[in-house]
Amino acid sequence: MAKITGAQMIIKCLKEEGVEVIFGYPGGKVIPLYDALFDSDIRHILVRHEQGAAHAADGYARVTGKTGVCIATSGPGATNLVTGIANAHMDSIPIVAITGQVGTAQIGTDAFQEADITGIAAPVTKHNYLVKDVKELPRVIKEAFRIASTGRPGPVLIDIPVDITTDLIDENFKLDISLPGYKPTLKGNLKQVRMAAKKIAESKKPVIFAGGGVISSGASDILRKFVKIAKIPVITSLLGMGSFPENNELSLSMAGMHGTKYANLAFTEADLIIAVGVRFDDRVTGKLSEFAPEADIIHIDIDPAEIGKNVKVLIPVVGDAKIVLTDLENEYRKYIEKKGIPDRKEWLSRIKKLKEDYPLKYDRSSNKVKPAYVVEKIYELTKGDAIICTEVGQNQMWAAQFYKFTKPRTLVSSGGLGTMGFGLPAAIGAKIGRPDKTVIDIAGDGSIQMVSQELSTAVTNKINIKIMLLNNGYLGMVRQWQEFFFKKRYSQTCIYNCVDFVKLVEAYGGVGFRVKKKEEVEGAIKKALEINNLVLVDFWIDREENVYPMVAPGSPISEMLESEMLEGV
Amino acid sequence: MNHIISVLVENKAGVLAKISGLFSRRGFNIGSLAVGPTDDEKISRITLEVNAEEHSIEQIIKQLYKLINVIKIQELDPSNIVERELVLIKVSADSKTRPEILEIVSVFRANIVDVAKKTLMIEITGNSKKVKALEDLLRPFGILELVRTGKIACTRGGKY
Repeated sequence: MAKITGAQMIIKCLKEEGVEVIFGYPGGKVIPLYDALFDSDIRHILVRHEQGAAHAADGYARVTGKTGVCIATSGPGATNLVTGIANAHMDSIPIVAITGQVGTAQIGTDAFQEADITGIAAPVTKHNYLVKDVKELPRVIKEAFRIASTGRPGPVLIDIPVDITTDLIDENFKLDISLPGYKPTLKGNLKQVRMAAKKIAESKKPVIFAGGGVISSGASDILRKFVKIAKIPVITSLLGMGSFPENNELSLSMAGMHGTKYANLAFTEADLIIAVGVRFDDRVTGKLSEFAPEADIIHIDIDPAEIGKNVKVLIPVVGDAKIVLTDLENEYRKYIEKKGIPDRKEWLSRIKKLKEDYPLKYDRSSNKVKPAYVVEKIYELTKGDAIICTEVGQNQMWAAQFYKFTKPRTLVSSGGLGTMGFGLPAAIGAKIGRPDKTVIDIAGDGSIQMVSQELSTAVTNKINIKIMLLNNGYLGMVRQWQEFFFKKRYSQTCIYNCVDFVKLVEAYGGVGFRVKKKEEVEGAIKKALEINNLVLVDFWIDREENVYPMVAPGSPISEMLESEMLEGV
Repeated sequence: MNHIISVLVENKAGVLAKISGLFSRRGFNIGSLAVGPTDDEKISRITLEVNAEEHSIEQIIKQLYKLINVIKIQELDPSNIVERELVLIKVSADSKTRPEILEIVSVFRANIVDVAKKTLMIEITGNSKKVKALEDLLRPFGILELVRTGKIACTRGGKY
């Protein structure tokens, strides 16, 4: 039998997993791997910093539903991946990270560029491997993809010592996967599902709370179908945006710290929450003891550890969102066929009133460039059909509030970890995954400077993303907190005019232009969408614009600060 | 409250580190720990003693289940188990005190495993209560060293 190297085996296994693209950065301990990659038709995107590779793999995974792959060398290469891996872990995104490692004989000797990456990454990976024998490679790679993409998805790291990549192995060598402790529950307990259906039918004031799990399990269609027959309003988490169309009258958009007031009030008044693929993060619940005081909770999640972790659950259903919702829709239909359709006119008119009374707002009459106005124009001009990536902070919240997401996998945002610098590399990954789509990074001037070197990655690989930079010369979200809670003492948050972003993007070979006037906004976005290159539009927005409404930290979500209270507008 | 958790894991490098890491990062302390292979050498059993509230122990078990190498977890009911730990106690002993110590040791059905001019080494196996009682009785003679294994436990009867 023909012998191949471990490196060639890795590439062969990646091909078998259907990998089309790898985001990475070479280094001493992965030279043999990159040598094997040289002969392969797998596309490799050379990033400018390994963190970008992990975020790009993450963005790619979010828009395609496939597992993203990134590679880094040992030591600093591997540690630079860690933020990106942690980000994917918090948001349950399937990525496989392959890191080089010093030779097996050198492990533990503090060799040059050695880092115990499996130890470092253990708390932020779903699982990880240190490969100590070339014969383990086929099994480990197969297991890694299986683990990353099934159950509650997440990142898996494979650490491969350099000698393993040069050792020889039979070309057709295979070992069966062996995961005796890994059996995700997919089908929900039918008895629990029936109980849930009954409870829903009996409820007077139910809301659905849809999260990232709905999107990752591909349950958006069945969710829509269920809502259509059950007529229940839908609230989403940040990661759940797009799981239910925001232009539907039953959509209450996002709840939480910067969610809509009507979503937060609906939670507070509801008598039943049907939570699907969410984990009741503190940014959603606010003060936990006063969250949804009237409501019983049905919690559907694939991860049993999420059930009962933060809130008390009446009916838990462990299973895949798509499978459970399919059963639930079926059981609910059967139930109402027998017992009649529940009358929820009162609740639905209350929901309608809440939406009318507390719309999201900003000062539309202002002559300044308002960030909300920019996002609304982006929505209009892309006809709501773009993939929107965000950085983290005010830009992210304005994007979530004012872009109307109607399809799953169209919002790419760092939810759990809140990683500044995520948006640009994630947009690169997203555009590679969905070249047919307009991909926009709604950015902030603070966040993008953490990863601005990736402009080079985008331009050199002709990845024509559009960066809509909401530039206020501040680390805006922190500044907002300082304004509200620290007596306007703007400690270390002013970064005004520190770089000419137009020149910066031009230096990398992209196109940039600046917008300082409201009337230029629309034209600039149009132009950006037409140009066949990477474009950065530097919007000089109203500098001290705040994100409203807002739940102060430690407050219940029913108590929201609004612009009228604080600024009299 | 003290809980004894018995965890079956794949006998692979790094598994113990993953488990102990999980405890520390979720803010739980491990009271005692014993690890060893079962009759199937591919599987190890880890017995942990943890002091935690009911709700926390439920969460820690769920989190443990998420570790890929964990096969099965059982929280043992203290009223229906045999639990044992093994302790070696080195105690000061001269010709005057030796007979008294030997008498205590025999009452406890412990063993003398080493005799020297000025010391005795005692081996005792039992549950924590028994070990503690012997320890208290030997303390006045001067305990020079005390080494204990982690607690191990097995449910009584046919349930396994």
